[in-house]
Amino acid sequence: MESNLAPAAAPSGEPHIRRLIVIWVVLSAIGVALVVFALGPHMPPWTFSDEARDQRNINIMLAALATPVLLAVWMALLYSILAFRQGSGVAADGPPLHGGGRLEITWIVVTTLIVVALAVAGTAALFGTTKGAGGGQGPDPLAVPHGSQPPLQVQVIGQQWAWTFRYPAYGGVETTQIAIPAGRVIELHVTSLDVNHSFWAIRLAVKADAIPGTDNVAFVRPRKPGTFKIRCAELCGLWHGHMFTTGLVLTPAAFASWIRRQVVANAAATKTLPPYATHYFPEPLRRAG
Amino acid sequence: MLAVAGATAVAVVLVALYVADFLAANPTPLRAAPAPRGAQLTLQTVASYGHDPHPDWVSYLARDASGAWHHTTIFKVPAHALVRVTVYQYDTATGLRNPFWSQVRGTVGSTMTVNGRTLHALPPDDASHTFAIPELGVSVPLKGVGDNAPNQCSVAPCTLAQAHTTVTFTFRTGNPGRFRWQCFVPCAAAFVFGNGGPMQSIGWMDGYVQVV
Repeated sequence: MESNLAPAAAPSGEPHIRRLIVIWVVLSAIGVALVVFALGPHMPPWTFSDEARDQRNINIMLAALATPVLLAVWMALLYSILAFRQGSGVAADGPPLHGGGRLEITWIVVTTLIVVALAVAGTAALFGTTKGAGGGQGPDPLAVPHGSQPPLQVQVIGQQWAWTFRYPAYGGVETTQIAIPAGRVIELHVTSLDVNHSFWAIRLAVKADAIPGTDNVAFVRPRKPGTFKIRCAELCGLWHGHMFTTGLVLTPAAFASWIRRQVVANAAATKTLPPYATHYFPEPLRRAG
Repeated sequence: MLAVAGATAVAVVLVALYVADFLAANPTPLRAAPAPRGAQLTLQTVASYGHDPHPDWVSYLARDASGAWHHTTIFKVPAHALVRVTVYQYDTATGLRNPFWSQVRGTVGSTMTVNGRTLHALPPDDASHTFAIPELGVSVPLKGVGDNAPNQCSVAPCTLAQAHTTVTFTFRTGNPGRFRWQCFVPCAAAFVFGNGGPMQSIGWMDGYVQVV
């Protein structure tokens, strides 16, 4: 049976390619500028902490690099639909392409450079500037900040269905709200008393799993006073959707005053708590377990 | 075409039935009895409900204004009012996993009474349950009856002639809204770490306080 998809004669592609490149360069310049200067400042997780700022900058870089690629694909599709539309008559296949080694090498080199650059930028954020980029690093973190002031340790305890917080530097006092001072590195120790939870403070750019029997360490340095929402990001039972609270970033003086009030207000409760530990395996219960 | 329309209609009906069944599965709300400056909510906790569908599940029950007990955990209370709560506690102690919840929080005076005695806290191991409304900041530990107390109750509703502790406290409501409440003691017997079954089910150890 004879095919009616006979190869068509190869048209000269030079004017099309030149036109495509010009359009792509112009659109990419506009698109990248819009992404960096218009969309970028509004990208989550914003700039409330050093980690948030780094994550946002990487998001901007990713979006800026993806924009020309996206435009190239869309533009090629749209241009082909408009310029190479098959008219009425016999459907003809396009001419076969051979060679193009220079284009292939260019393509491979450019994409490799993009991926390597992203890997370097991501690794720099993980190990260089923000020490873990706000993610839980497990009990033995690889990226640890070294500064003149030691980090403030705050333990985050997940339980069905509430968050509580302990401050080992202040007698191990436990509170129902978290407050942290601006401008200081905070060392979060995230754990759970029952099932898996996940401590997610999006404005701080912190997300760390809370796992029973495990100490999950994350670092963050809030930049200015304000509030931040905390949610559980791990489906953890009936009231998972209600497992949220609001945290505070205070000036150092306001934090000192706040923690003093907490120590006094929770003095009786503190006496009943077990000694501070990096995790608390659920105690055997008389009835359950 | 007709077959597709028919199958779609059947699917829509099945989804609607499922949703209706899910919504109807919640227990009927019980209105707290009127009281001076607010309302009186009377509850009991039992170690085992004693009836289908889960006779061995731990549960709360609530009493209406006529004195009849109902198996519900959805309570209606007035806004901007004092809600006095009385809990007849028939269950033995399980102990708190987090001793932090042994303190009385969010009640008037941050106190409760246990068998007539005013307290700010319980020894963590003595808690059988808690009545906690986290969004209102209310958390009250409920003292369990002794393990060897005579005449323990095993089928709800329990009577005052059976071994129990009486816990009272008062909290203040604000604007109308629906607030979940829960128990912080992992009290579900035979479930992993005591947190399954009744601890995950509205109508047993969880519910809503509807402020209206």
